[in-house]
Amino acid sequence: MNSETKRILFGLYDDDEQVLDAVRKAKSDHLDIMDVYSPFPVHGMDEALGLKESRLHIAGFIYGALGTLTAFGFMTWVFTRDWPIIFGGKPYWSVPAFIPITFELTVLFAAVGMTVTFYAVSRLWPGAGNPILHPRITDDKFCIAFDTTTCDEGEISRLKNFFEATGASLVETKEVSEEA
Amino acid sequence: MSAVVSPIREPLVRGHKTYHQITEDICAPTERTPGLAWVLAFTVAVAFLALYVFAVAWTVWFGIGTWDLNRTIGWGWDITNFVWWIGIGHAGTLISAILLLFRQKWRTGVNRAAEAMTIFAVVCAGQFPLIHMGRLWLGFFVFPYPNTRGPLWVNFNSPLLWDVFAISTYFTVSLLFWYTGLVPDLATLRDRSKGLRRKLYDMFSFSWTGAAKHWQRWEYLSLVLAGLATPLVLSVHTIVSFDFATSVIPGWHTTIFPPYFVAGAVFSGFAMVQSLMIIARKVLNLKDYITIEHIESMNKVILVTGTVVGVAYLTELYIAWYSGYIYEQFAFYNRVFGPYYWSYIGMMACNVLSPQIFWVKKFRRNIFLTFLLSIFINIGMWFERFVIIATTLARDFLPSSWSYYSPTWVEISLFLGSLGLFFTLFLLFTRLAPVVAIAEIKHILKSAGDQYTGPEATHKHEAH
Repeated sequence: MNSETKRILFGLYDDDEQVLDAVRKAKSDHLDIMDVYSPFPVHGMDEALGLKESRLHIAGFIYGALGTLTAFGFMTWVFTRDWPIIFGGKPYWSVPAFIPITFELTVLFAAVGMTVTFYAVSRLWPGAGNPILHPRITDDKFCIAFDTTTCDEGEISRLKNFFEATGASLVETKEVSEEA
Repeated sequence: MSAVVSPIREPLVRGHKTYHQITEDICAPTERTPGLAWVLAFTVAVAFLALYVFAVAWTVWFGIGTWDLNRTIGWGWDITNFVWWIGIGHAGTLISAILLLFRQKWRTGVNRAAEAMTIFAVVCAGQFPLIHMGRLWLGFFVFPYPNTRGPLWVNFNSPLLWDVFAISTYFTVSLLFWYTGLVPDLATLRDRSKGLRRKLYDMFSFSWTGAAKHWQRWEYLSLVLAGLATPLVLSVHTIVSFDFATSVIPGWHTTIFPPYFVAGAVFSGFAMVQSLMIIARKVLNLKDYITIEHIESMNKVILVTGTVVGVAYLTELYIAWYSGYIYEQFAFYNRVFGPYYWSYIGMMACNVLSPQIFWVKKFRRNIFLTFLLSIFINIGMWFERFVIIATTLARDFLPSSWSYYSPTWVEISLFLGSLGLFFTLFLLFTRLAPVVAIAEIKHILKSAGDQYTGPEATHKHEAH
């Protein structure tokens, strides 16, 4: 792993509606936004940024189905193949009695699988060391960040003008090292 | 951007808060040195926790014979405590999951603390079946793992095993749901701190940045987890009730048990949330976030579920008579007039009669009365489980084995001690994590803050 340094130009906004307008303007000006950071989910941001719909729920469905099959398949195998026992005069393969555990494992697999997937694909885990641009982003500031590592002066001043025009309260450059 | 809010809705965030002020208010309790009230409460809680450890050690050393259970009454305070704690552990997920699906905004003020309470209550509940097994160190036998005894599998047809799966799943999913909600708020704490504290919070917040894509996925995850947790929370107490309902003991063998247990669980859970939140909002100075409006909403839930439980009690009596089955009739006659009549009276008075005062709006909005009643309900719901378990077992089919049971100091210590465990965990939580969901409160501020809605609104929104 070689670590690369990225130079990030970011601007902070004081209000969610303001940052949303700024993102829309950046999009219409064809500025290449690296990311937007906010203290809470800003509704409308996904569309404004053109983010694709998350596929997390599809993963969740697959994990859930896996749970259903695991539970039902395992109980079927135990009670019809591995160690058949008669309980209370019922058939070996007593499906109604399998329902509770099948349901529980479906939920368990879906929930655990989805949560683990969420953290893994988002690169969030203890010690992930994601760069924090400004301490107020998790408090009350809304941030638009541009990757300016390869930008020339002209492009940078164009971005700075954009921040000024959209009312950013603070504009800063920060070098962050990223493991590539 | 804000949704259309009815002008008659009362604001849920008071005091004209800004985003920054919200952060300050909610983070403050974790950042100052604990006050005298906290230290005293924590000392008492830890003392009870020590009592718990001692009672568990005593039980393990001498065996559960020290509980004075007998052949007739094989389940006593232990299973009563188990069902009681599990019931309490239902409110958190109900508030956070079901109310999220119903888009009830008032959930945001109380969901974090209620979910924490849920998790701690389930921790307490899970102890009792384990201790009851006697050999604590063989507790893992309940899981179907490949073993050298055949492998001999557990009985998948047994409701007791369903319970194992239901409760361990419930605990895991509640924990994930709670923690995922907590991650952005832990990042808020991280960005306000320095040194080791900062490093720790960075670890526990998984290096959260607040990126737009993360928020998008986070909202998806919360919604799907809520969708999963909703049937789950209903299933858990249903399955707990199967422990009784699928047996052939008169008084237990009834189809009304699942809905009646679930209603009772929500009822007792909300009562416990009220008991905790009324103290927490005062001590932690969160009255602007956990308002009278929140308390009233929860009191409405208490009124409804308390009445549902009351109807269930009466239905049981009616069905016992209507069934024409003398053993069933005797079981219920015995419940009301038998040797444990006092617990039936306690149950009826606390659970059915006392919540009826909440039909009056003035009482629903009275904090002292709410607190008093929440304690009543906690006691009443404990009695309910005791009534179901002990009175039913005390008079079985053979009059020669009829008996009476009263707990020894060991069982009483286990119960009081589990309260110690619960409060120790809860008090630690109030010091280590934000008690109110910061990000979610900020999210509803523009539709539920008192400067945007209600009679004192100054920033009226135009419809976007």
